[in-house]
Amino acid sequence: MSEVSALMGAVAEGRTRVEEAGLAGMITLRGDLASAKLIAAVTGLAGVEMPGQREIKAGDDKAVAWMSRDELLIMVPHEEAEAAVAMLSTALAGEHATVANVSDARALFRVDGPHAREAIAKLAPADLHPDSFGPGEMRRTRMAQVPAAIWQSGDDQFSVICFRSVAQYVFDLLALSAKDGSEVGYF
Amino acid sequence: MSTRLSSGGRLIDRSAARDFTFNGKRLTGYAGDTLASALLANGQTLMGRSFKYHRPRGVVASGAEEPNALMGIGKGSRFEPNQRATTTELFDGLEAESQNHWPSLEFDVGAVNNSLYKFFPAGFYYKTFMFPRPAWKHLFEPIVRHSAGLGKAPKDRDADRYEHFYAFVDVMIVGGGIAGLQAALTAGATGARVLLVEQTAHWGGRAPVDGVEIDGQPADQWIKNALQTLEGMDNVRVRSRTMASGVYDHGYVLAYERLTDHAPEMDGPRHRLWRIRAKQVITATGALERPLSFAGNDIPGVMLASAVRDYVVNWGVSPGDRTVVVTNNDDAYRTALALHGAGLAVPAIVDARATVTGDLAEAARAAGIRVLTGTGIASVKGKKAVTGVTLCAQAGEGAVTEEIACEAVAMSGGWSPVVHLWSHCGGKLTWDAEQACFRPDHDRAPTSHDGKPFVTAAGAADGVLGSADALASGSNAAVAVAQALGLSATASAPSANDPHETPLEPVWIMPQGAGPAKRMKMWLDYQNDVKVSDVRLAAQEGYESVEHTKRYTTLGMATDQGKLSNINGLATLASALNDEIPNVGTTTFRPPYTPISMGAIAGEARGDVFQPLRRTPMHAWHEEQGAYMEPVGHWRRPYCYPKAGETHEQAVHREVLATRNSLGLLDASTLGKIIVKGPDAGRFMDMLYTNMMSTLKPGKCRYGLMCNENGFLMDDGVVARIDEDTFLVHTTSGGAEHTHAHMEDWLQCEWWDWKVHTVNVTEQYAQVAVVGPNARKLLEKLGTDMDLSAEALPFMGWAEGKIGGFNTRVFRISFSGELSFEIAVPASQGRAFWDALHAAGAEWNATAYGTEALHIMRAEKGFIMIGDETDGTVIPQDLGLGWAISKKKEDYLGKRAQERSHMTDPTRWKLVGLETVDGSVIPDGSYAVASGTNANGQGNTQGRITSTYHSPTLGKGIAMGLVLNGPDRMGEVIEFNKVDGTTVPAKIVNPVFYDPDGEKQNV
Repeated sequence: MSEVSALMGAVAEGRTRVEEAGLAGMITLRGDLASAKLIAAVTGLAGVEMPGQREIKAGDDKAVAWMSRDELLIMVPHEEAEAAVAMLSTALAGEHATVANVSDARALFRVDGPHAREAIAKLAPADLHPDSFGPGEMRRTRMAQVPAAIWQSGDDQFSVICFRSVAQYVFDLLALSAKDGSEVGYF
Repeated sequence: MSTRLSSGGRLIDRSAARDFTFNGKRLTGYAGDTLASALLANGQTLMGRSFKYHRPRGVVASGAEEPNALMGIGKGSRFEPNQRATTTELFDGLEAESQNHWPSLEFDVGAVNNSLYKFFPAGFYYKTFMFPRPAWKHLFEPIVRHSAGLGKAPKDRDADRYEHFYAFVDVMIVGGGIAGLQAALTAGATGARVLLVEQTAHWGGRAPVDGVEIDGQPADQWIKNALQTLEGMDNVRVRSRTMASGVYDHGYVLAYERLTDHAPEMDGPRHRLWRIRAKQVITATGALERPLSFAGNDIPGVMLASAVRDYVVNWGVSPGDRTVVVTNNDDAYRTALALHGAGLAVPAIVDARATVTGDLAEAARAAGIRVLTGTGIASVKGKKAVTGVTLCAQAGEGAVTEEIACEAVAMSGGWSPVVHLWSHCGGKLTWDAEQACFRPDHDRAPTSHDGKPFVTAAGAADGVLGSADALASGSNAAVAVAQALGLSATASAPSANDPHETPLEPVWIMPQGAGPAKRMKMWLDYQNDVKVSDVRLAAQEGYESVEHTKRYTTLGMATDQGKLSNINGLATLASALNDEIPNVGTTTFRPPYTPISMGAIAGEARGDVFQPLRRTPMHAWHEEQGAYMEPVGHWRRPYCYPKAGETHEQAVHREVLATRNSLGLLDASTLGKIIVKGPDAGRFMDMLYTNMMSTLKPGKCRYGLMCNENGFLMDDGVVARIDEDTFLVHTTSGGAEHTHAHMEDWLQCEWWDWKVHTVNVTEQYAQVAVVGPNARKLLEKLGTDMDLSAEALPFMGWAEGKIGGFNTRVFRISFSGELSFEIAVPASQGRAFWDALHAAGAEWNATAYGTEALHIMRAEKGFIMIGDETDGTVIPQDLGLGWAISKKKEDYLGKRAQERSHMTDPTRWKLVGLETVDGSVIPDGSYAVASGTNANGQGNTQGRITSTYHSPTLGKGIAMGLVLNGPDRMGEVIEFNKVDGTTVPAKIVNPVFYDPDGEKQNV
């Protein structure tokens, strides 16, 4: 069968480029983030340290982001998500923890270019000044009218996650905000 | 007549001509001109007509406070009304038209109101048009609406785009005059994140025009250096053409950046609304000059003294060959000197004060200008333009002592600090008797979440009018703010030259003994045509509060919000009430400081991104099939799939019959899906639902009702038990988010010690309802590793396995009454699965059906729909759903509420089925009529329709409704009203019209 992401890799070209990054494995894990068993399962799976509040720890192809006091978002390659869910569920048997595959409930975007930060700051009511928001931090916020999460994934690159059903809306928003000629020159 | 001077004009570039039109007339100005300066340079002093009397009006100011020169700018999709000519930068091809006149600016029929002024005093609305009552709607209002009002609303869709920008700063400084610049220099040196905004295109405020020298060099030079320093600081950002429009709670500031208004050919957004969080705000917003109230002070050619100076110095424009300056303070002498320096005549400086000895006055005298002290203007001569003034003793009643011919009058009644931003968030004012102005009361500043001040005023905005003091004030404000932020800062300000000045003397009316005839010609509020006589009348009629007077007279309303009239108006009111000005107080200052565009407020939210539309993984397929879509929450769902030549109704009927007779496919992906998991999940589910959920066995499904704490039905759906600890809750399509929020609310706020997690996985799955007698055959044809037989997977069971190679979860649930499998697959495979079902289902005429077919089929089965049978006032007991309410449970959300007397009232209308006697369809929203009338003389009712359809299955109209004692009246015929006034008879029947024993779904 064919698996497709919401926008099948749509791209808006420009000095700052917006791209739907295709399918990504994403797992919601709710539980006691201080539990040794949970920490061992998560760090063992992702090969990164546990993130602190508002942090994201990223490895080569996996990452773990702090979502709330009792929730993590674990990112793995899409084809590994089911196995990762099974592995975590087994490892956390007996704990009050919930593991859910949410890979297909989401869309992932990369905004890349000199004005990527600004393009996002037109939509998200978060302090995106480089002194306040740099690599290693993930912000749960909104993009205009829908929920989103943002992190800096490269020198000039930001990643944005939103719900799959509003992928087109978020893509259109980002493409519009990143449009050449609308640079703010603030950051 | 006004004209361009042969030299001068610090802001214009005489080598760059700019062509524009005014009321269709082709004119030329220069780059750097405002529309107002360019019009004056072309001799166009008449710029508009007033709101009420249609009096001819010319420009009176040179900046944001302009009340008169409002223009419609642009055309078609770029037309915008009520733009101030003084803040509109000239560009090539600008098209401007004046407003509020008919048929033309020069000859305006509405000006007849001017002769009828006796019939239009303050409050004339309330007095004149009271009787006869119907005349207001049919006669008076249409006439008033036609003759009043300013610009016309644009007719075309706005061609430009707009955006927002969020910024977070330590210090926001508003105003790029010398105080604001100095504040930015001091604050910038602390390393704090600073944003400095200036509403105009130019920095430095009035200092360069007023000939200020800073640190021994011309202000212009110091400003240039200051800007350069600021631009070199990595922690400081400066933005011109950016107006801070409002200060709100907790340091939230809105700023309005005009990016392309001055150059519409530029790419990019037209306006940008900055949404700023500032820890501290410094308002260095300057001060506005006040007019003087003398007879004829609204005749074109009468301007603020500062504006006259601006036109001469900034734009090289002469207001007329001869300008009489009238004042109560020394500042206006600068205007006389500027005019004199430009080679223009100043026949006299008319000063209301008895003696004037300041440096500026001496300079004027030395330049040979006549200074007439203790003198006022008795009246201004002229109609559409000033032709002269008559003078009188300020102390007298207006007996003319002299007449002077002139083309312009430059007036100054003193300066009012711009306290708007200080006041927006609760900053209080104090009356400064010496300068006759309200200025910020430092002891009562706006406070933030911590109870500490977060706004500091600086410079003229703080009532500090001298240059040297303003610079020090800017620096001191920055130091105070830095301290509040825990940073160390050093106050340092350059020196500046300030002449010795004679103190101002307040003059609220000129001459002080002016009688009624003169007061009727003294304008306080130009835009709204409010005169001294109107305010006095209001006071006489008992409007003692300034807020009441404002509304009664319209003083300070409309686009300028009383920037010029406020203080003069309330001083006039105070005098009429024989009270002190501070006791009368001011009206409330509200954002925005000057009007901002609707486009800027909307930001990006227009066109495709006006609102998020939620799309299922099969959305593209629906569009390809030409589905007619309807909104369900933010989702777009197919209502039906009309084929060529089919009406929607025909399509819906075809879809219903195809499903009932063979095979239908529904995109049910929008169905809410929430995982509820944990050791306390069963207990939690028992509280959420009215029935018992904890007894549900893994592998099984159960229908449940969810009520809010007031007992009203809020959502329904099927719950599947996944394992001992885990439930999967299905919600209505529109209800997933608020049901999830409802769960989290109870878990986080009330039952925080219960071990339950919820995860909203609605969008993880695409879901398809495979419905109809051939449903099972289709799934078996695709190939499956599950036993889908009625025995192995009975009605209300679920199973997990592969179908056609897809990983699926299959629920044997039915909202149609047919054999039905609802199948969930990962969303990324949804489209492929949907396509596979259609391909394999072709032999059974697999038919995609939409929401309307879904509605009809569920109504045929008597299934309720949240939002049709419920409306927030309906409890499950009203709907005959007592069977789904557990009697065994001690509690569930809504239980106690449902025991209240009104909820147990036996006369509550109850759900029944309704069948028209003639087979027709009862209109939606129809009421069942009862005999007699109620206390309001309206016909009594005994029920209402909640759902009504033509049933293609049964070939007749069917409906559900809530009817008084309905379930006890089976077989009775009652009448339902129709829009045409007639009624339609309908029989009360069981709401289950189709297959009441469930034989079709249970196979």
